[in-house]
Parts: sequence; C-alpha cells; structure tokens
Amino acid sequence: MSSNKKYWKSVEELNENSSIVETLKQNEFVEEIPTDEFLGDKDTLEATSTTRRDFLKYVGFSTAAASLAACEGPVKKSIPYVVQPTEIIPGVANYYATTIANGFDFASVLVKTREGRPIKIENNTLAATSGSANARVNASVLGLYDSLRLQSPRKQGESLSWNAFDSETNQKLTDIAATNKPIVLLTQTFASPSTSKLIAEFTEKYGNVRHVVYDAVSESAALDAYQAKYGERALANYDFSKALSIVSVGADFLGDWQGGGFDSGYSKNKVPVYGKMSRHIQFESNMSLTGANADKRVPLKPSEQKLVLAKLYSLVTGVSVSTGKLPEHIEKAVEKAATQLNKAGSSGVVVTGIQDVNAQTVVLEINEALASKAFDKATPIKTRQGNDKAVRQLITDMKAGRIGAIIMSGVNPVYTLANASDFLEGLKKTDLSITFSMKEDETSSESQYIAAAPHYLESWGDVELKKGHYALTQPTIRPLFDTRQFQEALLKWTGNDVSYHDYIKEAWGTDILGGSSFNKALHDGVYVGSILTEIASVDSEEIEEKTEEPTQVVSGDAARALAASGKSIGSLELTLYTKVGMGDGQQANNPWLQEFPDPITRASWDNYLTISKADADALGLMNKHVATGALNGSYANVTVNGVTIKAPVMIQPGQAKGSVGLALGYGKTKGLKTEMQTGVNAYALYQNFNSVQKVTVEAVSGEHEFASVQLHNTLMGRGDIIKETTLEVFNTKDKKYWNAIPVVSLNHEETPVTSPEVDLWDEFDRSIGHHFNLSIDLNSCTGCGACVIACHAENNVPVVGKEEVRRSRDMHWLRIDRYYSSDETFEEDNSKKEGFSGLFGDNGSLGGFGEMENASDNPQVAFQPVMCQHCNHAPCETVCPVAATSHGRQGQNHMAYNRCVGTRYCANNCPYKVRRFNWFLYNGNDEFDYHMNDDLGRMVLNPDVVVRSRGVMEKCSMCIQMTQKTILDAKRDGRVIKDGEFQTACSAACSSGAMTFGDINDKESQVAKLKEDNRMYHLLEHVGTKPNVMYQTKVRNTTEA
Amino acid sequence: MKKSYQSLEVNLTNNMRKVIHRKLSINILRLGLIILLAFTTSLSAQEGDSVKGKSLFNANCAACHKLDKKMTGPALRHVEVRLASEGLDREWIYAWVKNSSAVIKSGDAYGNKIYNEYGKAAMTPFPQLSNADIDNILAYTAEEKKVPAVSVDTAAVSSSSSDSSSVSNEIILGALAFLFMLLVIALYSVKKTLRRFAEVHNIELENSTEKTPLWKVIIKNQFLMIVVAIFFLLSSAYFIYGYLSQIGVDQGYQPVQPIHFSHKIHAGDNGIDCKYCHSSARVSKTSGIPSLNVCMNCHKSVSDYNGETTIEHSKEFYDGEIQKLYAAAGWDDADQKYTGESQPVKWVRIHNLPDFAYFNHSQHVTVAGVECQKCHGPVEEMEVVYQHAPLTMGWCINCHRETDVNVKDNAYYTKIHEELSKKYGVDKLTAAQMGGLECGKCHY
Repeated sequence: MSSNKKYWKSVEELNENSSIVETLKQNEFVEEIPTDEFLGDKDTLEATSTTRRDFLKYVGFSTAAASLAACEGPVKKSIPYVVQPTEIIPGVANYYATTIANGFDFASVLVKTREGRPIKIENNTLAATSGSANARVNASVLGLYDSLRLQSPRKQGESLSWNAFDSETNQKLTDIAATNKPIVLLTQTFASPSTSKLIAEFTEKYGNVRHVVYDAVSESAALDAYQAKYGERALANYDFSKALSIVSVGADFLGDWQGGGFDSGYSKNKVPVYGKMSRHIQFESNMSLTGANADKRVPLKPSEQKLVLAKLYSLVTGVSVSTGKLPEHIEKAVEKAATQLNKAGSSGVVVTGIQDVNAQTVVLEINEALASKAFDKATPIKTRQGNDKAVRQLITDMKAGRIGAIIMSGVNPVYTLANASDFLEGLKKTDLSITFSMKEDETSSESQYIAAAPHYLESWGDVELKKGHYALTQPTIRPLFDTRQFQEALLKWTGNDVSYHDYIKEAWGTDILGGSSFNKALHDGVYVGSILTEIASVDSEEIEEKTEEPTQVVSGDAARALAASGKSIGSLELTLYTKVGMGDGQQANNPWLQEFPDPITRASWDNYLTISKADADALGLMNKHVATGALNGSYANVTVNGVTIKAPVMIQPGQAKGSVGLALGYGKTKGLKTEMQTGVNAYALYQNFNSVQKVTVEAVSGEHEFASVQLHNTLMGRGDIIKETTLEVFNTKDKKYWNAIPVVSLNHEETPVTSPEVDLWDEFDRSIGHHFNLSIDLNSCTGCGACVIACHAENNVPVVGKEEVRRSRDMHWLRIDRYYSSDETFEEDNSKKEGFSGLFGDNGSLGGFGEMENASDNPQVAFQPVMCQHCNHAPCETVCPVAATSHGRQGQNHMAYNRCVGTRYCANNCPYKVRRFNWFLYNGNDEFDYHMNDDLGRMVLNPDVVVRSRGVMEKCSMCIQMTQKTILDAKRDGRVIKDGEFQTACSAACSSGAMTFGDINDKESQVAKLKEDNRMYHLLEHVGTKPNVMYQTKVRNTTEA
Repeated sequence: MKKSYQSLEVNLTNNMRKVIHRKLSINILRLGLIILLAFTTSLSAQEGDSVKGKSLFNANCAACHKLDKKMTGPALRHVEVRLASEGLDREWIYAWVKNSSAVIKSGDAYGNKIYNEYGKAAMTPFPQLSNADIDNILAYTAEEKKVPAVSVDTAAVSSSSSDSSSVSNEIILGALAFLFMLLVIALYSVKKTLRRFAEVHNIELENSTEKTPLWKVIIKNQFLMIVVAIFFLLSSAYFIYGYLSQIGVDQGYQPVQPIHFSHKIHAGDNGIDCKYCHSSARVSKTSGIPSLNVCMNCHKSVSDYNGETTIEHSKEFYDGEIQKLYAAAGWDDADQKYTGESQPVKWVRIHNLPDFAYFNHSQHVTVAGVECQKCHGPVEEMEVVYQHAPLTMGWCINCHRETDVNVKDNAYYTKIHEELSKKYGVDKLTAAQMGGLECGKCHY
C-alpha cells in the first residue's frame, strides 16, 4: 500500500506556484553562483597564454630560485667607534643609578645600559628610602623608545627650532609680564628642590607668576589634613614593617595609595617568624590588591567606610562619636578590629584612602592615639603636592581670560580633568600656552607651543622623595631627539646660562649635601641627609612623647563631621581607582603595560566597570564565556551628574554590593597608536577630584570582548596547587597536617611521591656544581606584577595584542595566577570537597563541583606566580621528537629555539602550562605593531637573549643568561660565588622578598634553607616532576583578637 | 746590430741574476751605502758613532721625533747644521737635550721660538744622556737620507719579467690548441678521402651495424644498470648532502675591507699582541673591533710603511692605506693634529655566528686561556683575514670534548673540579665533562 504522504524539504515546496521550486528543479542553487566574479575578469582569463601547468612551473621555479638565493649570507658591517668612550666596552653592561619622577611614579632605580642604550630598569638596592620599582617603573624604559615621541619643538603643528622657540617665547613672556597678567606654571609634582629654586627665580624675574601643582589622581585631602595637623604639606609616611596589626579603610596601599611603595615593608611581617606575623584587616568596596592580600576583608560601600572609620575612632580613642547604623556583620568586624588595634597598641596602624579631609585627620588622630610605631612623622612623603583648590581657581581664572600665559609640564589636564572642556575653553583665552610634553597628546596639541620634552632617562633632576631623603636623576643616554626639559627652559627664560646639571650641583652643594660628595650621591642615586635625619628622629621622639596626651584630648570633631558625612549617597556608589598596570595613564602607549594582566581581574588591554554579582543580576548585566574560553561582558551606561560613558562590565567577586569600580588611565586617544587606544576615559567621572561618586548604571545592548588570561576561576578545593593554612594551625599542628607530601600506593603501602622507588625516571646526580632553585613565598607575594614586566624586558618576550591574548596566545613567561575561593575561605572549599560522597544528593560531587565553580561574594584570594618549574623529571623533555628541550646539570630546563620544529608536544605534556608558542613572527611584522616593529622600539631588546621566530616554543629559561654571566664573572676573577649573587630577572625585581633564587648545593645559601623549610612544597607534587621551583605555604593570620 | 743584441743578452742575464739574487744585491747595496755614509758622516761630525746613535735615537727620541718629518717635535735630520745656521753650537744642544725648560726659562730666543711653535709642550729632559751619547745621536741625524731607488728598480724589473712569462704561457697554450685543431681537421679529411677512395674502388666497407654496440649491451644488463643507478643515487646523495650542509658555512670567507689592514704586518712582522687592539676579548663577549683612536696610538708616529713589500702590495699601496686611516680618524698628518672631521670605518664582518648561538670571548680567552689562533687560524700570516674555522656546532663540540678545563689558580673551579673528576675518574676534566655540551649553555 502506497503512502500518499508528501515529503518536503522546505516550506516553499508546499506552495505549488512558487517559482523557487521550479528553479530548484532546474538548478542546484537558486541564484547563480558568481564564478566569474570569483575567478576575475573572464576576458583576460581567456586571453592569457599562461596555462595552469605554466603557472605551476613558474611557482616551482620561483620557489627554487628563492630558496637558492637564501643560501647566500648577507654581508654584515661592523662599525667601531672613532673614539671609544672609556666606560663603554661592547658586550658589557653598565649600570647607572637614577630616579623616576614622572608625577605619579617616584622610585630610585638602577638602569642597565648596553652599548649606551638603556635596556632595563632594576632596583637600586642602595636606596632604602622608598619603594622599589613597580610594574610601571619597570616598563618605563620602553617609553624612551616610543616611536610617537615628539622629535622637536612645535608651534601650531609646525616644527620650529629651539632658537626660534626661545626668542618668540621670551618676547611673549616679557610682554605678558609687562601687562602684569599672571603667568601660570601648571606642573606635575616635581618634589625637586632645585626646580623649586628655579621657579622662585623665574617668579622673581617675571613678577606675577603662579605655580599650580596638579596631580591627575589627587591626594589633596590627605595633604590638607596633614598640613592642618603638622604644618607641612606632605603625606603621612608609614613603615608597615613595624606594624603587627594593620587596619585599612579603603586604602589600596599595596597599589598606588599615597604614591605606593609600601609593599616591601608590609611583606616583612607577613612571613611567620617564631609563630608571629602581622594581621591585616581591610574594609573596602572594590576588590583591590591590598584587599586580596588581607587576612580579613570586609566589603562595604564607600559611604559606609566613613562610618566604619568614625566608629573605629571612637572605639580606639574612647571619644564617643555617634555613628549611623551599620549592618551587623560590619559593626562586629569594626569592633574586632578596634579590639585588635587596642591590643596591638603601638604596633597597630590605621590607614585610609577616603579622599576626605576629616577622614584623613581621623586616621592621623587614631595613629597618634595608638602611638603607632609604623606612623613615621619624621619623614613625611613629598611626592604628592597637588592642590585641587588652586587647580579649580586656575580654571575659573582661565575661563575669565585673566591668565596671561600658561606653561605646563608633566601634566595632561585636557585628558585628566573631568571638566576638560572648561579647561580647553580657558586655554583658548590664554594669551600664551606652552606645554612640555613627550607626545602630541590631548593637552599639548591644543597649546600654541609644544616644547618637546625628554624622557627621564635622558634628563637631569633631583627629587626629595621623603623629607631629608633625596634622590638624583641622571641621563643614561644622550637625548634621542631635539628635546629640552622644563628646567632647562626655565634657566633660559631667567637668563641663566648654566646647564641644569651645573645648577643642581650648585644647589645641592649649598643646600643639601652639607659637604658630602656630589659624585658619591650621583653614583648612589640617593642621598640621605645624615645630620637632618638625626635631628629629625630625635625631634619626632620628643614630639611623640609630648603630644600624646593633648591629641587625645583635642579632637573628636573630625570624626563627628566624618560620621555626619557618611550618608549613603545613592543606591550605587562608584569608586574610581588606578590599576597596577596603568596608573594615571601617562604610559598608555606602552605595549608591555597594556598587555600586563590586571592582578585581580586578569584582564589586559582594558578597563571596565567592576560590579558585584547581585547588582549585575539586578541590572541585567552579565558575563559569559564563549567557546574559545574567552570572556564577553555586557555594556553599561555609567552616568555621574549627567556625564555618561559606555563601559564594559566585569562581574567582580568581592565587589561590595551597592558599589561599582572603574579604573582611571584608559581611553586616551591622542599621542598613541590605535592598538593602544583601549578602554574608556574614567576621568570624565572624576568630578571635583572626588574618587567616590553617586552613579546610575543601566544596561545597554552589545557585548564587549575581554582579553583575560584567566577567568574568574576558583581553586575548587585543589589544595595541592595553593597550599594554605592558618597561623593557628601552623603554630600548633605538625607539618604533616598542613603541608603533607602526597602519597601513592606501592605494594599497598602509602609511599611519598618524592621517594625514588615510585619514580618513573632514574635520578640524576646533581650534587656537584651549581643547582639552581627558586623559592616563591606565597605569604609575601602581593601579586604586584613587577616580576612580569622585568621578565618581559630581560627576555625579549613579545607583545601579541588583544586579539591574540583573547585566543590564549599570550607570551608571558611568568604569570601570576589568581584564585578565588568559592566559600568564604579556601579552607571551607577544601573541607567541602573532602566531604563529597557519591555523585548525587546533598553531598554529591556532581552538583557540588558545579557550585564550587562560582566564586564567593567575598572570596579569599591567593596569588601564585607560575613560570617554568624546571622539573628535574620534566614531562616536556621526554616528548620532544627533536630533543630541542633538555636538562642541564644546573637544574635548568633548556630550550634550544633553533632546534625546535614546533610540534607543541611539550606544551601539551606540561602539567603547569608554562610553555608559549610563537604562532606568528612578532618582530618586524606590521600585524603586530608594537615596539618590536620599529627600529626605535627594538633598541630595548636584550642583546644576550635571542628574539624568537615564528613556529618555535619558548618558555622561562630561569634567566640562564644571568646565571651564566655570574659564573663567568666569578671564573674571570677566580673566586667562589657568594650567596645572593645569582639572580633571575623576577627575583631581582621582587621587592617584597617573595622570590629567592640561588644555588641549593651551597648549603649556606638562603634558598637551600628555604628548601628545608616546613612550609616548602612543590606545585602539583603528586605528578612527580620534581620541580626546581618551590613554593612556601601561605599562612593566613585568622586569629581574631 | 750584433753588439746591441749582445748587450740585450747581457742585460737579460743581469736582470735574471738580479731577480734571483735580489735580496743579496739589496744587502750589498745597503752595506755599500752604509759604508759610504759612514765616510761622509765621519767627515762632518768628528767623534760620533752613528750606529750607536741610531739605537740611542730609537730608544730616547723616536717617540717624538723623526728624521725627515715633523712630529711632536721637529724633524732632526741635519739638525746640527740647521742650528749652526742659527748660530747655536753643540754646547747649546747639550744644554737643550739635558734640560730644555731651563734653556727656555733662561730667555733663550731660539729655544722660546721652538717652544711656542710646538704648542708649548716642553721636551722631556734627558739628564741621563752624556755628551758622548748626544754626539752619537747627532752623528746619526747627520746621515744622508737613504735612497730606496734600487729596490724600486728591482721591483719594476721583476714585475716586467713576470708579465712576460705570463704572456708567453698564453701564447704557448694558444699555439698548442691551434696545432691540436689542425690535427683533428687533418684526421677528419684523411678519413673522408679514404672513404671516397673506397667508394670509387668499390671496396666493401665493413658494416658495423650487425654487431650490437656496447652501450646497448650495457643497457640491457639490468643488474648492472641497477648497480649503477644505486651507485649514482648514493653518490649524488652524498654530494648533495655535503653541499647542503655547507650552506651557511663560510669557511674561507675573505671579504675586501674598506682599509687594507694587514694582520701579517701588525701581528706577524711587528708582533703586536692580538689583545692590544682587540682588548675587549678579555672581558666581553665580543672581541671588539678596535676604535680608530687605538690605531692612532701608533699611527700618529707611523705614517709610512718601511717593511717588506710585494708587487701587489707596494710601499705606496700601504702608505695610501695609512692615509685612509688618517682620513677616517680626521688626522692631519702635516700639522700633526686632529681636524675633528672623522667618519667611522665600515668594516665587513667576517665571523658571523648566528644570533641563536651565544659565544663569549672572555670565557675562552681569559678563563680558558685559549690562543686566538686556535679558532682564528694563523692570523699573523694573513695579509687579508679570512674565516679559518668552519664555525659549525660540530666544530665547537669537538673542541669542547678535547680541551681540558683550565683550572690552574682559579678558586672558582677548585671544588667542582675535584668532585667532578672524582666522579668521572679522570685527572683532568674536559670542557664537555664540565657541562660544555649542554644545549642551554650556548643557546638562550
């Protein structure tokens, strides 16, 4: 029986009259396939005499010819000096001590130069004064070789000579001075004694001169508070190495709070010594680096921070301050913090990042009340001098046309001011505008004259980092371009013929050195006035003793005012912050920094609105993972006082409910390559220099593509990756309990994986010669990322760009993994995982693991730097078909790039995923238009390390070029190597002391002792790879006071 | 006619003798000249011994004075005659040599004139020279300038003779080729004539086609063909492999340099230590091409070449190269000062190690104490330097396998050498045993 069912392929077939059905019967495709279009012009195609076979012949011949031609080596020229400078020996590095002082970053550094080119920034170990080089300072050397730098002074877009510049500006300045209209110097914080002196001389000559200091990210409130209390415009200095109990209310002091540089002191007490370590409580809104490192972190809205501080004040000092109602858990946390502080007494310290004079005053009073040893009144920080009021006044005056001339240096107000349009309007009304800038940026392109400024590595300078602590800046290379620094110009305008170098020398001789040698100070890079400090320290002790009582009596007013201002300003409060990798944005054209993944979000090439999961759900914002494993996020319109910007949204575990965060320093559009024009400009929301703003957020359509190197991963209870314990357990229990070596079953007996019987490989004798090991202390590592950039600079690691990072093709040899806990603590995660029984049910692993994938609302965070672990039994070595990767006796896993054929077996077999494959040629390739694509940018390359080509695998070499150099130096001198001489780029860059590198065959070395430490473990020890990189178990001080 | 023929012959034999005994004749001539000059000098300067004077001059004066050329100080040939014309006697010379500044201070007119003319640089006092010594030096300065005419003559003659010989060779070869051609043509025509002869006389020529030719037999022999093919393939593979593996190996690379710098003259004839010029080889990874100021250390005073010459590299040629150096360094030889207009010399790099191989000179030169010649070959014999070693990895490795580590008086090695040699059961460790074969030691 036949069926009369009608089968149809498309709905069209059901319509009998459809023309498509008819056409399809005739043709396979409805529309004609445009073959001609695809093949090109038909006529030409037919007319050509070249057949397909001819074509193949041509291809064959040209390939053969090209490969034959390639056999001939190119003729290379070697051009020696005519007169070789005595200090330069080709092939030998020279080091110069200098100081970066760009208005945001201040640090004493050591510059490594090769053949006269600065190629790397290192820590100046002689400079104990301030913090060491952070990621941005490490990356700053690349700014010297920025191809978009201004090469000569410019006037309205045309370049002119310095002589013309001098005569024109001199004339105009004299004219303006005659009219008695004010001449304004709008500058960054120089903190430079000689510059202050110069400006005074300039003022003397031109009369009506106003010097306005402007910090893009203002610390004005803290400065005002300190000035009101101590009569000096400076920032309070804290030495966290003297604090055992630290309470921070919104201060990201491991980031850029008060100029940063507190991490090395902080880390000293983070390592348990004799069962003691510091305890750090953080009250904050955004998940900051500091919060991630805290022993206890309390997320709360910015407005609540003020109440917390006021309450803390009343609990510590005993002065009653009526604060509003706080949520119960916060109330409790404050009480505990206060108890802890009171118990710690002078070992306690409180800091705050709230930009409010009252809040800053309250903190100073609390620390006075505690007689905090960490609060260093003798040497306040001088590296922020900005004055918001003066800037506001200036803009008003400019708009009113009252300003005669404005000379700017080190600032970019058109980019960094929220009311940039007002400033721009005022700038147009100013008779003369001159900007000293390295770039044709937002501000300089709007000024009449751009004075091309040199990079700090080409300049002279001096800085008073802290009171009595001076540092010198010296050029490490001749100016690459026709540039002149601001101070030189001031000298010219004041009619002074001496060079700025001589001027500094003279000024130091009379005011600072007090008879000490200038050359010695220049050599060291730093100078601490010996007499000055002695007096100062005596002074401060006296003051401390004397003032203790009166301070306790006096106040309470500030705290009350603070409590009163602590009203919630809206349902959502925005906190603007600076990222470790970008700061205030002046290095936005630096590809190293753009590709540097943020320590917390692990996203590179972007800024974004961080928001809590709860708020995101309420607002209909989402993050999702796409098939490639990359992260996409929705866009949101962020509105502050009528100013709206569209920003991508990143859901951030740990972000306080009712608060959002957005990083400054992105969204620059002028003076940088298109690739670097990333993110949105959050300065538009930085209204009134207030980093906390009432904000409305609404979802808008579209999805943003993030380039995150790590998603919001939790540790999923895998305690063998990051081993963690509490101080209590650490002090009371045996090592076996909190740092057990994994065991395997051998003959039904539990055998530790480290024992040779269970090993697949034969042990190789490494007891002779050097055996390098690197120890990473998870307690002192703050995750700051200086090591990541140092590794980039030392090893010529290429920058791959946002698209490639999104495809997980980032080339970082060293990454800092960040893990969240899915419960409140990692400990709870571990016990939850252990508690799973069966697949289903309440304790089922199936649902349980699914839950664990989500990070907690306030997770614990752990950082773990991971580089090649240099396994003694390396899985990568056994699978390489061409033996390109092999093991050395000194413990390093070698990688011979020229031997590698790019099978990537090694990367697949590596349990740590530290091998990086060159998918493309990253140098001299227009598709990757970063520093390695131009001659200038390539000057930063380290000549001792190969620049890898396409198709080869690369990875951390444990800086073998550095260990080999140390060995060679010792051989040449005929001496034994001392402990501490061996360094890697990362261990040398680490200022917190988390990374220790050395030779474990030298039993006296620090690293050999660390290897025997109870806290020592290896990453994924159960795999049995026997790595030469070891980690020290993280100990958290959860002991509630 | 006959006479002139004879004289030509004599001339020829003379020339030949001269070529053969060129050195001898030069020496004889030199000796003659010296004797002659000795006579002439003994006429003008009574007590001086010019031979002693020469050695004294070279030891004390030559750093600043030349005989015929202004240097730091004035040219000194016939200085006594010159001074005599100024009215200064030998006593004045004694005083000047022993302490010139005293003479200047005393207000001596000529002394001050000289002092100002030469940039107010006072001559080093030589109180150690006795009057007799000064007499000897004066005797030397009073010698007549040697005329190098003879050597130029012989050079010219020898070059002409060598030219003629090369011409004759070509003629002979040409004649032989012509003869050979004639022979071939003759044979061919003979064969042709014979054939025609045979045709005419109806002589049956033997037909060779019936017999299979040898090459066909060979082709049909499959076994032989296979053997030949295999042999052919193997041998071509061998040669192709050999050819391919020497790609990028530039052994013998001898580029023409912008200045003809003869290592033979500097390192060989004059025995200058390699590391005097290539000083960074001691401390750096690169041996360093000396900067021009290093050249000028010596070439300020060495402005012409007086050593051995060849036809290709004559004295004029070498002097011209020194002039190139002066042009590059911006040295005005006449005024004995720098003009400031310098330009670096763009040498062609000979030893090009690829970027992926790290080589450090100081490790080999200072630590291991390896002679430069071990890798660079007999540089002191090279007129133009060429790449002596293949610079391949196999070559490096072989040396590392064979060379013992130089541990003498080096505290760095004490412990490791003792332990390692015990482990390997040897007295002396090779570089390979020390770890010199590990990939990462050279590739990073």
